[in-house]
Amino acid sequence: MTSPLEQKKIKISGPSVVTANRTWDGAVIYRTARKGWSNELADAAIVRNSDEARTLLAESVADDLGAIGAYIAPVEINEDAIAPGNLREQIRLSGVTIGLPIQA
Amino acid sequence: MPLVKGGKITGDAFVHVEDGAELPPNGGVLVSAKRLLENPEQLFKRDGKVGVIWPNNRDVEELVPYLDGLAAVALVFPSFRDGRAYSQARLLRERFLYRGELRATGQVLRDQFVFMLRAGFDAFDVKKQSDAEAFAQTVKRYSVFYQPTGDGRITALHRRMQLRHSESARL
Amino acid sequence: MYAYDEIDRTLVNERVSEFRDQVKRRLSGELTEDEFKMLRLQNGVYLQLHAYMYRIAIPYGTLSSEQLRRLAHVARKYDRGYGHFTTRQNIQFNWIKLAELPDAMADLAEVGIHSMQTSGNNTRNVTSDQWAGVAPGEIEDPRIWSEILRQYTTLHPEFSFLPRKFKFAITASEHDRAAIKIHDIGLRLHKNAQGETGFEVMVGGGLGRTPFLGKTIKPFVHGRDLLSYVEAIMRVYNQYGRRDNIYKARIKILVHELGVEKFAQEVEDEWQQTRDGALALDDEVIEDIRSRFFYPAYEKLAHMPDELKKAAHDPHFEAWRKNSVFPHKVQGYSIVTVSLKPVGGPPGDATAEQMDALADLADKYSFGEIRVGHEQNLALPHVARRDLPALWKALDKAGLATPNVNLISDIIACPGLDYCSLANARSIPIAQELTRRFANPDTANLIGRLHINISGCINACGHHHVGHIGILGVEKNGEEVYQITIGGRADEHAALGALIGPAVPYAEVADVIEDIVEAYLALRERPDELFIDTVKRLGVEPFRERVYATR
Repeated sequence: MTSPLEQKKIKISGPSVVTANRTWDGAVIYRTARKGWSNELADAAIVRNSDEARTLLAESVADDLGAIGAYIAPVEINEDAIAPGNLREQIRLSGVTIGLPIQA
Repeated sequence: MPLVKGGKITGDAFVHVEDGAELPPNGGVLVSAKRLLENPEQLFKRDGKVGVIWPNNRDVEELVPYLDGLAAVALVFPSFRDGRAYSQARLLRERFLYRGELRATGQVLRDQFVFMLRAGFDAFDVKKQSDAEAFAQTVKRYSVFYQPTGDGRITALHRRMQLRHSESARL
Repeated sequence: MYAYDEIDRTLVNERVSEFRDQVKRRLSGELTEDEFKMLRLQNGVYLQLHAYMYRIAIPYGTLSSEQLRRLAHVARKYDRGYGHFTTRQNIQFNWIKLAELPDAMADLAEVGIHSMQTSGNNTRNVTSDQWAGVAPGEIEDPRIWSEILRQYTTLHPEFSFLPRKFKFAITASEHDRAAIKIHDIGLRLHKNAQGETGFEVMVGGGLGRTPFLGKTIKPFVHGRDLLSYVEAIMRVYNQYGRRDNIYKARIKILVHELGVEKFAQEVEDEWQQTRDGALALDDEVIEDIRSRFFYPAYEKLAHMPDELKKAAHDPHFEAWRKNSVFPHKVQGYSIVTVSLKPVGGPPGDATAEQMDALADLADKYSFGEIRVGHEQNLALPHVARRDLPALWKALDKAGLATPNVNLISDIIACPGLDYCSLANARSIPIAQELTRRFANPDTANLIGRLHINISGCINACGHHHVGHIGILGVEKNGEEVYQITIGGRADEHAALGALIGPAVPYAEVADVIEDIVEAYLALRERPDELFIDTVKRLGVEPFRERVYATR
């Protein structure tokens, strides 16, 4: 979960999405294939190589009014369902983890 | 890029002349630090005002010998987040007593106008037309200033002293 | 308590208007995010994982009950009913909407609360000792000077776009509760041989990727010269601090690269030009600020009132009293630390209900005043000893009386990966588990004073470098792993901790801490030799051996 704020080169290792935060309220959003944003990860456009990722990211970043801080995030595809690809994205999707007991 | 001076958009009395380009026969010119330092005599004996564009990573103390002859000094904000020119401006105004035009250039945006005025700038090469148009309105945003700069505005600390004295004077 | 006057209130209101205009221009698209980001940071508005985060200044950690109630109101109206007190005496709200922020700011401005410069590359909250004004043996109230500095640094036109953030801290006691040695400028108030007030000035402290302890560049700056001297430091930094690399942009790097003597000379040369100018503080001006601080009209009270004698038979009260109550400079009074570290809770959080309850208790028992400490606990600074039993009952009811102050479960932790977009690993669940492992007060007291600090990334907002035990979360191959250090200190004997061995996975951290504690209990010379002193005496090796023997 090295902060994607440190991403310099676009290099993806598997299926990925573009995610950001909504400008007016900061809510977590995902870039869709229809040039929009959604709260639902299920609506996110999937990119599978660096070129696709770069294109989708550029288009997302250009929407400066709707979203801020866009970056590329990994996902897992399980039987056509999209799931977050790391703990950071899991936390962004489902909220803070506090309250879950640590396994002894 | 609109130039704001005296609180409104005005024409520019200076022409920016690139290094190596010929100086126009008369009229105000803005030249680079390099050109000024290479041959100040040539510039000053011209018929026309001389201004210099001084980079933000060079001590303004180097300009001191020329300040009497300079009609304008342009300082640079390569990004609005790079605040070195604020120190340069204050030093020019408050330490070296420079009285000519002090121009802010680079990424000059509305939300820094008050800071720039307080630091001693009196001319602004504003990036956006809408910001230039809003100049007079924007500089009225603040009426309270905590710390002294060369702009002569009374600080909060001293305004309190004044109020205190006038209160006790009335007693 | 500093009382805002018309002048202070005007400035705060003008700031709110300006921000309202900026938000409007951002939401209409007139300002791009690139142009807006630094503006919102200068008002304490961050983007975090789930939402915006709003950081509000609590100057030198002092709040009135009215202000605390207003923070509760903001928590309820604009957030999710709770706030988080930080390691810089500020408060953070985690679920704020940008569009509603100007209204929240206006609500806060009504009671003199602002968020100016709580982020951005400018001068941040001037922090101080949370016992300022009431600590026995304090030389003078450092908050007066903190307020002078706060005003001087607020919206300073020359220093609002520094190479990087800039933090001040001031202490006026022998025991440094403000951690001045890990600040960009640390000021130790003391008196010279002539009895005049002045400051030892330390520069270049700071944690993060390259931790440094501050170095003294001038042993005594007279009070009248404080601002002109600080301006000289700031001007040298503004002009020569690095701007090419954000990891090398703090003043600590400039001091390190120039060398402390050369740096001190640059400051001295600059200062000689300005020392008798407009920034010289005359006695009248200092007195005016001092006069604006209200101190309680203390009664003449007995040191051992009947109420206390009677309550002594209650072991729970006694446990709390012995742990959380501290001597006051006025007889018959005490300083009460209010623990925000309940077992299983996120460290430093308080609900709106708790804030309201504490505000009422402050009105009743502490002359309406509350303090915020960098350990993420609160304090009631003026409690009459006869009121302690009644206060305790009420605090206990509100979940604010965990008797663990300064003990192992009094953990300092940053928000970590649960909230923060800079984080690599979580910190709060680690803290929660540790409070559960060491929940037994007898165990905690047996161990004695032990500060654990947890950071979820190298930015070190949890101050892990200066924890007696420091825990740093990092990421390795998609997993959260934690580096453990021991031997750090944040006080007048400040020191950076040393790594005890390779990083350990999330699930093992609490076990490792238990092993460290076990080692300490076995190795200490006497029961009252503190953990930190055992580490100093024996070094890291004996601890490393025991922890890694089976790993």
